[in-house]
Amino acid sequence: MTLAEGVQLVAFGILTAMTLGGALGVVLLDNIVYSAFLLGGVFTSMAGLYILLNAGFVAAAQVLVYVGAVNVLILFGIMLVNKEQEFTPIKQAWVGKVATGGVCVGLFALLTASVLNTPWAISAEVPTGEMATVVIGIHFFTDYLLPFELASVLLLIALIGAIVLARREFIPDVAPGEPASEALQLPERPRELVSSVPGSEPGR
Amino acid sequence: MNQGIDLQGSFVNALVDLGISPGAASALWLPLPMVVILIGATVSIFVTVWLERKISAAAQQRIGPEFAGPLGTLQAAADGIKLIFKEDITPAKADPILFTLGPAIVVIPVFLSYLIVPFGQNLVITDLGVGIFLWIALSSIAPIGLLMSGYSSNNKYSLLGGLRAAAQSISYEIPMALAVLAVVLMSNSLSTIDIVNQQSGYGILGWNIWRQPAGFLIFWIAALAECERLPFDLPEAEEELVAGYQTEYTGMKFGLFYVGSYVNLVLSALIVSILYLGGWESPISVSWLASLIGVSETTPWLQVITASLGIMMTLFKAYALVFIAVLLRWTMPRIRIDQLLDFGWKFLLPVALVNLLLTAALKLAFPVAFGG
Repeated sequence: MTLAEGVQLVAFGILTAMTLGGALGVVLLDNIVYSAFLLGGVFTSMAGLYILLNAGFVAAAQVLVYVGAVNVLILFGIMLVNKEQEFTPIKQAWVGKVATGGVCVGLFALLTASVLNTPWAISAEVPTGEMATVVIGIHFFTDYLLPFELASVLLLIALIGAIVLARREFIPDVAPGEPASEALQLPERPRELVSSVPGSEPGR
Repeated sequence: MNQGIDLQGSFVNALVDLGISPGAASALWLPLPMVVILIGATVSIFVTVWLERKISAAAQQRIGPEFAGPLGTLQAAADGIKLIFKEDITPAKADPILFTLGPAIVVIPVFLSYLIVPFGQNLVITDLGVGIFLWIALSSIAPIGLLMSGYSSNNKYSLLGGLRAAAQSISYEIPMALAVLAVVLMSNSLSTIDIVNQQSGYGILGWNIWRQPAGFLIFWIAALAECERLPFDLPEAEEELVAGYQTEYTGMKFGLFYVGSYVNLVLSALIVSILYLGGWESPISVSWLASLIGVSETTPWLQVITASLGIMMTLFKAYALVFIAVLLRWTMPRIRIDQLLDFGWKFLLPVALVNLLLTAALKLAFPVAFGG
């Protein structure tokens, strides 16, 4: 075994352990913030696996899109919502957990069986490696033009939708003369008028 | 274009001549450039901290540090030793794991980005095909560390600072990536070596700053925002947020943020000098001078001179930019968070898009000047 092969093997082992362990942590941990940070770890180790497959560009894109954008957005969502709600324990919750576990193990067994039983046709082509950007670009503008454009239109729709949602303004359709109805007003604590008269403050 | 000196090849050949197998010789070579770059990056912190202190002192008509070492050059070392010996406090209500991981996640990508910074034709750790794209991807990891340290400090100022830092870094990443894209469009490659080579040959006239003046400004502004330097140091605005995400940190954990910010500043300056100021190219092309006096490009002593001049040129350009950044820090007021986001999304982003479009049009119209 040469040095490169040994490094690849060890790196593959570490990255697989990180991906699997991180993914299990995302699902099993109670604290949602831990789950979100672990998700970033899972994405990063997947980028490492892409590097092992000679796909440096895909790895960098994975880090940029999934770690740098998606995961940060998830974290933003968690930290800005700030919903402090006590988790009430449900009776016989273990039934649900056992059922979920059973379904997951069954799915895993099915997938493993199908992976092991499929006669994979392993491609003998040499990986493009450093030329990947050129090849990907050519594919985008020839045979994958329609999916590429559809994906960009989808993103545009999501962008416009997000802007519309964020700029939503409640304009009550009330004539200027009549008083606004109670329903549209925010519940607000009655404010005490403090020190409106000069010299009447306590302690002066 | 000549290949310049090939240190790796000579090193491996020398070891093979000594009777070591070629595989072992390359394995021995592997850590050397990494260690050199790591040491270089660490030394750059000392230089930059000293520059920052001296220039700020000059801007405020003080003398600045002068007792630690000649001209106060060892002041940064004194700061570092103080930070190392300080008690490492984790607040009682903080989350200890995330609190420790946060600074590490901020610092590691910055050091990793030095992988693609070239100091000469062969003086780079690896000439990756994805080159500059790797730097953009790595710099997008830092917000996670900032959010992590902001959240785990269990302090509302820290959380606000972390959220601000992440928002700022996400909004300025897009104009920066678009500015880089315009340069990449001209050099037909993401590799940093190719980007510099495309600017070579005409001395100072060939540099990208003449072809991409708007891109240069956009990139420099966005880089300052990414480094959280003063016109954009909202995340740690001390009047509003105590010290932002750094509030609860002491000792070497704070030191990591400090190290990270200065290494990131030097890295950004290096990248600007590579993308827009011709990297290791001298203002007057050395190969043109050599051909003028009739010396072959493959002469050993000329190659050594070219290589050392290249390293000096790269560092000189980077430190000139660091000087500008420091001057900006001590002469500009901080902008508000709404101004920062408005500026990023409503001004820089459209201008960067127009710049990209113009570059593409000019590339089609004048393929000679804009890289056909």
